[in-house]
Order: sequence, then structure tokens, then C-alpha cells
Amino acid sequence: MEDIAEKGLQVVVALAIFAAIIGVIMLIVDRAPKSAREKVQIAGFLAPALVLLAVGLVYPALQTTYLSFTNAAGKFIGLDNFVWMFTQPEALITLRNTVIWVVLVPLLASSIGLAYAVFIDKARGEKALKALVFMPMAISFVGAGVIWRFVYAYKGAEADQIGLVNQILVWFGQTPKQFLLDAPENTFFLIAVMIWIQTGFAMVVLSAAIKGIPTEIIEAARLDGASAWQQFRNVTIPTIRGSLIVVVTTITIGTLKVFDIVRTMTAGQYETSVVANEMYTQAFRAGEPGRGAALALVLFLMVLPVVVYNARLLRQQKEIR
Amino acid sequence: MSAIPAENTNKVFPELQDIETSERPPIQRRVRQRLTSRGATAAAVIIAVIWTIPTFGLFVSSFRPEDNIKGNGWWNVFTDWQFTLANYEDVLAPGGSQSPNLGSYFVNSLAIVIPGTIFTLVIGAMAAYMFAWGKFRGKDGLFIFVFALQIVPLQMALIPLLQLFTQVLKIGDLQLFPSGTYAQLWVAHTIFGLPLAIFLLHNFIAEIPGEVIEAARVDGAGHSTIFWRIIIPLATPALASFGIFQFLWLWNDLLVALVFSGGGADVAPITQRLAELQGSRGGEWQRLTAGAFVSILIPLAVFFGLQRYFVRGLLAGGLKG
Repeated sequence: MEDIAEKGLQVVVALAIFAAIIGVIMLIVDRAPKSAREKVQIAGFLAPALVLLAVGLVYPALQTTYLSFTNAAGKFIGLDNFVWMFTQPEALITLRNTVIWVVLVPLLASSIGLAYAVFIDKARGEKALKALVFMPMAISFVGAGVIWRFVYAYKGAEADQIGLVNQILVWFGQTPKQFLLDAPENTFFLIAVMIWIQTGFAMVVLSAAIKGIPTEIIEAARLDGASAWQQFRNVTIPTIRGSLIVVVTTITIGTLKVFDIVRTMTAGQYETSVVANEMYTQAFRAGEPGRGAALALVLFLMVLPVVVYNARLLRQQKEIR
Repeated sequence: MSAIPAENTNKVFPELQDIETSERPPIQRRVRQRLTSRGATAAAVIIAVIWTIPTFGLFVSSFRPEDNIKGNGWWNVFTDWQFTLANYEDVLAPGGSQSPNLGSYFVNSLAIVIPGTIFTLVIGAMAAYMFAWGKFRGKDGLFIFVFALQIVPLQMALIPLLQLFTQVLKIGDLQLFPSGTYAQLWVAHTIFGLPLAIFLLHNFIAEIPGEVIEAARVDGAGHSTIFWRIIIPLATPALASFGIFQFLWLWNDLLVALVFSGGGADVAPITQRLAELQGSRGGEWQRLTAGAFVSILIPLAVFFGLQRYFVRGLLAGGLKG
């Protein structure tokens, strides 16, 4: 109880300080001399955000870029960190895994999400069916990590299994398996967790897009005698193409940055590391901020084209509408 | 702006909607039924089951006695009916450093997330308002720049931001944002949330009719009055949508917490503790299952209670990249 009161007090004090700062800004903005009022007002409203972004995002990004060319002692070493990344076997495995993640997760999550959205469209209990698949979106990656480690849990062949997947293997007469330890297939079992989380996102967005298809088009296709498959391929897919691409790119960005799942389920051991996790390991565990920074920079360069493409697409869609 | 032309068809084609539901001849209805065929329904049910079972298994297990959880699979509850609340008591009760102490960490999560969300909303809305309605040179360029900051992965900012907190932002020996307090987490979360907040809120605030703001200005209202009396009330739906997102995102965060919290029971959030328990006591399933459920309780409540806003936020492009 004491604990809660003390922490609650910290929060209240912080909120009070924040309110005071904002209050002072508003006061200055209102009392500014007439001649400069407009300028002061604009500056006052923008300053908090711009200062925070400059100090907390722009400067750090530039600093990280510089760090990526230095070693653990802070000395400039040119491209050595990048050479390390693209030549050392363990670093190469990290890159390979990231590529596998980024190919499989968007592809499968979007496909399953789309299929599900189509299957349950206008079905009875559609809302509840949606909520079931959408629910993992609300669960933290850490929570999802526990859930799935439990699904994959392993016991020796002589004992009763407590993990569902191994129990199913046993029911089919197979021997239980260490899903998270055996490389290289363990990466795929981690990927399954990400797909489990992202499918709901794809499903909700695509379902909304499907419901946005003008009824006339569907009726017309139906009157022409299109089969369900033809209707899906020739009407649904082309009409929701924009949303589909947004879904794929958004999931791609999220997958490139995936960290928590790998961190909590294997900590990147057993050849399962990905760039975002390796970045954390190098910078904050192995005492190699230079390598960590280099990995962060590579992550940035991988995300960049996808985000730019995504933004352009969003803008085009806005113009069309 | 919504990326997806969503859920408007019914409004756009009200007549068609009527025909569909009431006057459609039976033959057409049968055609529709065949389109959502049995195979599709079966596939949908299978997906729904696969997506639900892992969480369900965890939930059931969290109520089983320790020996049962470790001894056999949760599906045995259907024959061996034994439930207990002991696991929850164990993980929540305060105790030494050996016990999970999740109650404490749960409070930390709230103490981190609530101010983190409020700060981001207020500062973001202020900037968004100026970007939407202020008149100054270079506005568009600056806005695009802020938007583009979404590209910068969190990972790029972590190392320098931590250095800033510990080495630069201090008066004498006193850190402005001391390590091992919530302060660093609040600031970091606010910074990382701002680009998306400004972008989404701008899109909404820019749609507010200009006459409303013009009328207030004619009456002599300054920016601060307009902002608090007109913009904030009118932008409530957008603030709610983004607020929910920011709330869930902060609640589920692990990476920022790992870097800035220090990991103690007085600051670290529940996700971090849960991740720790997984690492150090990976086989203590009675604790992990109950702990995981405690940690996903709030997100699930938010999700089921406010699903409408959540979906709306998603469709507006509010997925943290």
C-alpha cells in the first residue's frame, strides 16, 4: 500500500510539473506584446515537440550514425563494424534470419488475414470471430512469448507432455522435440508467434476494405455468373489492392524491428538472433556500442525504402479519394 | 485521413443496403449462401481455433495447482477438475527479490504508461494544431520532416539518449532526469510517440471547419483559447483513438524499459519483470502463466472495452512502425 501511495505521488507530481510547464507556455503566449504575438504563439505551441524531437530523436540518430564508425573504445575505425557484420558467421546468421522473418511474416500474416476476412465476411457471429483472431494484437510480445513457450514446452519422451505441440506429436507417434533449441528450424517457430500477432491486424484492415467494395460491383460479378474464386481474384483483390499493400508494408516494418519475441523466447541464442535483438545485445550487453550502432543503422537503411514507399502510397490514395 | 476507404458503403449506398436485407429474392440469397461455402466456414473455424487455443491454454493453466501444471498438459483439466488461485496469490504478493512481486511491477506499468500517454497527447496536439492552423514560413517542410522522423527506428536513438540522460542533462552532479526513476521512461516514451501523434492528430485537426476557428478569432480569442476551448473538445475522438494506441504500446513495451528503467521493483514495468522471470525461471510455469495473465489483463480489458476506437485508430494508419 505504501508502495502504491509513494508511486502514485510521483505520478501526481510529474503531472503537476507538466501542467505547470504547459500553463507557463500558455501564459507567455497570451501575454506576448501585440506586435510579436503571432510569432510567439506559434513558437510556444511548437517548441515542446520540436525540442524533444531534436534532442531525443534527431541528435541521437546522427550520433548513432557516427558511433557506427567507432569501436568499443570510441576510436574512429572506418567501416570495420560493417565489415564485421557482413563477414562474421554469427552476424551473418543474424542477417539471414532477418531476411527470413521479413519474407515470411508479411506474406503469411497477410494471406491468412485476407483469407479469414473473406471467409467470415457477413457470416453469423462475424464480430466475435473477428475478435478471436484480433485479440493477440492487444497482447504484448512478452506475453505472447510466454504463451508460445508454453505451447512449445518440452518434456522427455518418457514423461507426460505439457506443451500442446509436443503432445500432438506424441499422439501421432512421434518423439517430442526441442522446438526452440534446434537450429535452423527454431527460427520458423519464432516466426509463427509474430504471424499469430500480426494476422489480426491484416484481417481487420482488409475486412474493412472488403466491406468498402461497392455492392454494385459484386452484384454485377454475380450476375455474370462469376464463381466465388473468380469473384475473389477478379473483383476483391484488385479493388482492395491499395489496402493490401499498406498491410504488407506495415507488417514488414514491424517485422524488421522485431525484438521482444526473440529477446524473451531465446534471447537470440541457438542461431535465432535478428538485427534488432543483436543491436541490443551488442550495445547494452556485450559493451560494443559501435557494433550496436552499425546494426541500428543497417536496420534504418532496411526500413527506409519500405516507409518511403508506404508514405507515397498513402498520399496517392488520399489524392484519389 | 484513413488509409482505407472503410465502412462507408452502407452510408453511400443506403438503397442497396435496403435491397440486400429486405427485398432480395430467395434465389439470390441462396447464391450468397453458396459463396460462403462450407469449406470456407470450416477453414475459418480452424483458424479461429488455432488463434485462440494458445491463450486459452495459458488461461486455464494459470488456475491449476503447481504440480498439475508441471506434471501434465492443461487439456487434462477436462478429466481432472482442480483449480486454485494460489498462483495468482504467489505472483502478486509482495516478497523478497526471489518472489515475482508482480503487484509492484504492475503499479510501475501504470505509473509509466499514464503520464507517458498524457504527455504525448498534449504536446502532440499542440504541435499538430500549429501545423494545421498556424501560418508561418516553412510550415509544410517542417511538418514533412516531423512525419519523416517516424522512419527512424527506436534502436537508433537509444544509445545516445541514454548518454544524454546520464552525462549531459545535469546540473552539477544532479541528473535532470535521474536514472532509476520513471522520469527517463516518461521522456523517452513521449519522444518516441510524438512523430506519429503529431501526424495523426494533424490529419484530424486539419479537418475541423475553418469557420469555427475564424469565428473564435474574430471574437478576439488567441491560440491558447482556441486550442483548449475548441480544438481539444472537437478532436476528442482522434485523441481517444491515438491515446488508446499509445497506452497499449507503452504498456507492452520492453525495449525502452530495458534500456532506461534499471530493472528494479521500484521502476521497471511488468513486461520487463515477466521477461526476466522467463529467463531465470523458465520452468516455473505456475508463475509464468499467472504472471503473463496479470500482464495482459489491462490490454485485454482496453481492447475488449474500446475495440471500436482501437479499430478506428488502426484504420487511420495508427500502427506503430
